[in-house]
Amino acid sequence: MVEDIFLQEIINITLLSLRVSGTAVLIGALIGIPIGAYLGFRQFKGKKTMMRFVDVMLKSIINTFMGLPPVAVGLVVYLLLTSSGPLGWLGLLYTPTAMVITQLIMVVPIIIGVTMSAVGSVERSIMEKALSLGATKNQAAFLVLREARVGVLTAIIVAFGAAISEVGGIMISGGNIRWFTRTLTTAIVVETELGNFNMALTLGAILLSIAFVINLALTILQIKGARR
Amino acid sequence: MKAVEVRGLSKEYSGRLVLRDVTFDVHEGEFFVLLGPNGSGKTTLLRILDLLEEPTAGKVFFEGEEVDYSKERATLRRKIGMVFQQTVLFDMSVFDNVAYPLKIRGDLAKAEIERKVARVLEDVELRGFERKNALSLSGGEAQRVALAQALVAEPKLLLLDEPTANLDPKNVSIVEGILSRLNREKKTTVIMTTHNMFQAERLAHRVALLNEGEIRAIGSFRDVFGYQSRLI
Repeated sequence: MVEDIFLQEIINITLLSLRVSGTAVLIGALIGIPIGAYLGFRQFKGKKTMMRFVDVMLKSIINTFMGLPPVAVGLVVYLLLTSSGPLGWLGLLYTPTAMVITQLIMVVPIIIGVTMSAVGSVERSIMEKALSLGATKNQAAFLVLREARVGVLTAIIVAFGAAISEVGGIMISGGNIRWFTRTLTTAIVVETELGNFNMALTLGAILLSIAFVINLALTILQIKGARR
Repeated sequence: MKAVEVRGLSKEYSGRLVLRDVTFDVHEGEFFVLLGPNGSGKTTLLRILDLLEEPTAGKVFFEGEEVDYSKERATLRRKIGMVFQQTVLFDMSVFDNVAYPLKIRGDLAKAEIERKVARVLEDVELRGFERKNALSLSGGEAQRVALAQALVAEPKLLLLDEPTANLDPKNVSIVEGILSRLNREKKTTVIMTTHNMFQAERLAHRVALLNEGEIRAIGSFRDVFGYQSRLI
């Protein structure tokens, strides 16, 4: 009986972690890839001084946000969603949705930044070649994005890796409620504090396995990219 | 009938004039070679004809109609094929690379695309390469894929920017054979740049000598250089 609950809780925690991080990354990809691609494409356009300044500022802001401290994001989400906050009426604090929002804020800059670099690194000659073959600007842009697909996939994987291993932000916005908002990382913190090292170690092994699968996928992508 | 008319064309980059008042005509079905040393403006001229660059001054007429560089150029570009000096291919199969110019038009059936790609790959002697990734090919094979890309849509005008500059003699011979046959049998108008005089002599109906952005002489190889080599 006890073992059943132990197992059930582990499954619940693991599935919730995957659901929260997966949802955040999916929504983040839908927002981040178009923005990252747009910023990456800006290098193909004219380089007037003002435009260059805007480019540098935009890219610097994105790069800064790529390193957002999770606890700070969690705090901001908490202040927004708390009952006296501007979005308190939504009643989302201490729910998986609040955790998704927290991770979303973290992963969007990562996806934008990595996509921007990937698209920017595709040679200008690819764009010109497509135009020369009769492609419209949109068709040529799509082709450049396709050429940068390994980088875009890397952006998604890196973002998922960052989301699934994040702890501080979701602890604040999700509240770490058992069976409801407890994820692998927040559960490890609690179980360690309670001295339940069996549970903590099991969860740690699962988290490590997920991290390994993510890194394996990244390595395969990089090898494929290097072979091109 | 004139395929291309260039009138008083000039191009300036950051105050530096790379083309000065260039004027010439190319007739339909003609193999026209622009000869000149590196930096003479050959590539810039081809890029303007391929609508990748706008001229600073002057006009270009394609089949009698003035080219409007301010408009969407995709439709006109589809009548022109260009092979760049540095081979640029996409990270996809040889088939998909060659089929790309046809697929983006969106008006051809799959079977028709397959038929056209098969035929052009036959022309460039690359049958059997369809499934290979284009980025895994040798220099000569890659340049022939680039040539097939430019030819598959049966362009009226083919622009070639030193297409054999980076190839070994065997591949130079193959590419020259393809170009010569194409021009002779399909009457495709070709404008090619090179700094190889022997190549110009072998292929060109007429040559134009370009130096420091100006056309210094134009006519048949014998007219321009006053001799014909015995190497042909």
